[in-house]
Amino acid sequence: MAGRSGSLREYLLVRLLLLVPNVFVLLTLVFVLLRVAPGDPISAALGGQLPASELARRRAEAGYDRPLLVQYVEYLGQVLSGDLGTTVTDSRAVTDILVVNGAATLTLTVAAVLVALLIGVPLGLLGARFRNTWLDVVIRLFGVLTYAAPVFFVGIVAIVVFTGMLGWLPASHQASPIMQYSVESRTHFFLIDALLAGNTRAFVDGLRHLVLPAMTLGLLVSGVLIRLIRVNVAQTLRDDYVEAALARGISGRRVVLSHAFRNALVPFVTVLGLQIALLLGGAILTETTFSWPGLGQQLVQYINARDYIAVQGIMTIFALVVAVMSLLIDVVNALIDPRVRY
Amino acid sequence: MIETVPYPVESAARSEPVLTVSDLRVWYGSERGAVRAVDGVSFTLRPGETLGLVGESGCGKSTLGRALLGLLPAGAACDGQVHFRGRDLLRINRSELRRLRGPALGMIFQEPLTRLNPLMRISEHFEETLRAHAPRMSRDEMRQRSIETLRKMGIPPTRYRAYPHEFSGGMRQRIMIALALVLEPALVVADEPTTALDVLVEAQIISILADLRRNFDTALLLITHNLGIVAEACDRVAVMYAGRLAEVGDAREVFSAPQHPYTRELLRSTISLRTTDLHYIPGSPPDLIDPPPGCRFHPRCPDAMVVCRDREPVEVPTAAGSRVACWLHGPADQVPDGGAEALVREEISVADEA
Amino acid sequence: MVFTPTVPTDKDLHATAARRSWLRKTVDVIAYPYRASSGVARGMLVAGTVMVGFMVVLAIFAPLLAPAGFNEVETAELGAFPKHAPPSSEHWFGTNVQRFDVLSRVIWGARTELQVVLLSLSLTVVTGVLLGLVAGYVGGWLDRLLVLVMDALFAFPYLLLAIVVAFLLADKLPQGLGGGIAVAAVAITVVYIPQYFRVVRNSTISAKQATYVEAARAIGAPPFVVVMRYLFSNVIQSVPVIATLNGADAILTLAGLGFLGYGLQPTEASEWGYDLQRAVDDATAGIWWTGLFPGLAIVWLVVGLTLVGEGLNETLNPTLRVRRLIPVQLTSVGTTAQEPAVAGRSSGRGGEDA
Repeated sequence: MAGRSGSLREYLLVRLLLLVPNVFVLLTLVFVLLRVAPGDPISAALGGQLPASELARRRAEAGYDRPLLVQYVEYLGQVLSGDLGTTVTDSRAVTDILVVNGAATLTLTVAAVLVALLIGVPLGLLGARFRNTWLDVVIRLFGVLTYAAPVFFVGIVAIVVFTGMLGWLPASHQASPIMQYSVESRTHFFLIDALLAGNTRAFVDGLRHLVLPAMTLGLLVSGVLIRLIRVNVAQTLRDDYVEAALARGISGRRVVLSHAFRNALVPFVTVLGLQIALLLGGAILTETTFSWPGLGQQLVQYINARDYIAVQGIMTIFALVVAVMSLLIDVVNALIDPRVRY
Repeated sequence: MIETVPYPVESAARSEPVLTVSDLRVWYGSERGAVRAVDGVSFTLRPGETLGLVGESGCGKSTLGRALLGLLPAGAACDGQVHFRGRDLLRINRSELRRLRGPALGMIFQEPLTRLNPLMRISEHFEETLRAHAPRMSRDEMRQRSIETLRKMGIPPTRYRAYPHEFSGGMRQRIMIALALVLEPALVVADEPTTALDVLVEAQIISILADLRRNFDTALLLITHNLGIVAEACDRVAVMYAGRLAEVGDAREVFSAPQHPYTRELLRSTISLRTTDLHYIPGSPPDLIDPPPGCRFHPRCPDAMVVCRDREPVEVPTAAGSRVACWLHGPADQVPDGGAEALVREEISVADEA
Repeated sequence: MVFTPTVPTDKDLHATAARRSWLRKTVDVIAYPYRASSGVARGMLVAGTVMVGFMVVLAIFAPLLAPAGFNEVETAELGAFPKHAPPSSEHWFGTNVQRFDVLSRVIWGARTELQVVLLSLSLTVVTGVLLGLVAGYVGGWLDRLLVLVMDALFAFPYLLLAIVVAFLLADKLPQGLGGGIAVAAVAITVVYIPQYFRVVRNSTISAKQATYVEAARAIGAPPFVVVMRYLFSNVIQSVPVIATLNGADAILTLAGLGFLGYGLQPTEASEWGYDLQRAVDDATAGIWWTGLFPGLAIVWLVVGLTLVGEGLNETLNPTLRVRRLIPVQLTSVGTTAQEPAVAGRSSGRGGEDA
């Protein structure tokens, strides 16, 4: 029997290799989606603003008059070399968008995930332990409600209450304009930059701006987490080794935590990957609601401007994120479960 | 109170019994009515003694084993007394019972393949158990103790940190037994420990269990439907039918001279290398929701009498020192007139569903 | 046609059975989950149905129930509508910045939501099921290609996909012909196809490999018929659950699209998500009624659909079904077997803590 570390290494290697076709399919999907429409990106974005000859010149320059297959190969090549294109409307490099706005989206999603875990995990465990009691019903109802309420609705209610009525928390942007200017953006993560500059007031201001969007998005995800954990832990509680542990006098609480929960993590982590999609979709809506300067907000703006290149670029980013996240999830799964090895 | 004769001592009393079960009843609820899985069972168990509990599938033996440790599913109701070390296990509160499980009470389950947490190493299983009951033990002590117990089961120390899926079924069962014994409980219930294993492995496990009394002085309740195992490993045997005990006594005695017709038929149905004809007991085990009146075996008993249908049999001691619940052995003064006539019944339909 | 030797049946019986079977069968199929469920599952099912039913009524009878059109700024009864009026007896839900009556917009919005979702769900189910059938039955490279595409689609953020599709189609479909609704419907359709595809494909594959397909072939039945029949019973279990949960999701996606501005034009129809977009600006000023009511309407409909879906899931999915615990009470010792057990509190200690 192979030693443990050996087979884990093999597994990771194989999994990494599988990333390639995965990414390939996703990129193709993005390309196909955006070329489905006839016409070209330049006319679409600048159609009414420039004379036809200028449009034609730009088109030829950017290569949109060549056969689709050639463009496809070129697109792949560009992505692999790290060039995600330049926007048509404001000539920004998409990689620049990624760095500047990606940081904001990352901040928001990480904070939201923390909130979701803090709320979702304990409630899910409680629901599984006390299955079909009134507590469980209340928890389930809570889970359904948080999922059913659109994230922008929750955001609006939060704004109405905390900004409009109580005036405690701000409702838009990452930080107030003054703070924004006073902090030099080095990492593009506002909170980190504020810390690096030693500017505690800006840091606190940044945190205050983060609260409402993070709570809103976190609440949405927590609803799904509750359901997932509850179902999976309830399932594992019925497994045979749980009864065997009880027969050895292990307390019910310990059993739920170290047997049921840990084992439930395996199917849970697998499904977690699908929740990335939910998180990214929710992030787009949250950013729009709170004018949070993230990738989602940029996407919306560029769509309104009909800037195909920008949209394609941002979609590519999302596709790559999805691929990498599913890789990470498989890795985590392999680390937790010793049976999963090639 | 069911009329019973107070228990005679079945073998020479060497010591205080570690377990005394009196009139244990365990009923489940179901849509059609109460399932009387265990319906008035009494027996004792001495330290270092192995009692085999045999019976057909569905006669209530597993339920009995679980009731002793308090592992019944929600919705089951118990009655009677289970005296263990001066306490009634049916009456103490949950946390006290939980504390007894491990150091005083142990259980070995049927399917070894699924009874170990696949994500935890064997060492972690042991440490968890020891930490729950002996929190002051040092890590090293725990390791020593666990490895020692495993060694006695034939598992080498090099495998201590392995995962369950790296072991075969037989080895996993040995690990389960070691886990049950690591705290040296006074009573262990083994619920069909070898049913899921092949014959060769079964032999090894049974010899381990047979050695229990030598190594650990543990009292063992061995639940099985396999009479061969009982003959090999048990001091005494209790034959169960439809929630009640038909016969209890010394294993060799009961097997060489069975007193109850059911025991007799059971022995005759056992297949060995010398079997030339297939013998079976006609009919099927009775419905535990609505069991037959009187003696529950009477519809299938070749020696049934009229009284067997009308009255529940009374437990009587036999000359050999066993107890048997059968009207064939009296008490004669309780048999009404005409009760000793042979019972005439309709042809038992083989398709009778329990 | 499958030719099997038939036993001659009563002709009349056959005729009546066939005549009433179609309608009866449909009613039975729909009523089954309601009859078969119990406890929490039934509560969810019933509550959900009521909630969804309420919205359906609103949608169907919108012209009668709404006090005004969805983009009217005055009516004969109420005169000209003020701007941003808080809820009052004339305008139960107030008015918004464009001087529309919020209550009317909510009621008309119900119609829009249901139209779009029904349309898109039908398209999705048909496409997904067909593709799944084809992929499962034909197999080979086509199957592998479809699976690859579907898995990629499945992992992609659905809102993103919907936005892009809506974005692409917005220019293509003419506005007047309910273009906005069609665009939104198609956008949502694409997103949910993979789920049905997967279910149907897996069922088709296992049906193809089932031994009774070979057996059916042996007696001359075309395998396709057998596969279809097997599929029908298998898929019929999961599709309703997926469909209701997808419906709930679709409403959220549609609202999301509307919120971002890619759904419907405000002149075409009233859409809750669009209203919420407008309400963001109102929120900082403390104007709460323009956002609260459309939002609550979304929550109501989605919760209703989710409850129905979850209720169905718990009823139809056997592994999740929790056995109802029937309490049992032990009768006093000495009663005969004929006396039924009385349901009541269980005496002694029953369950196990976990």
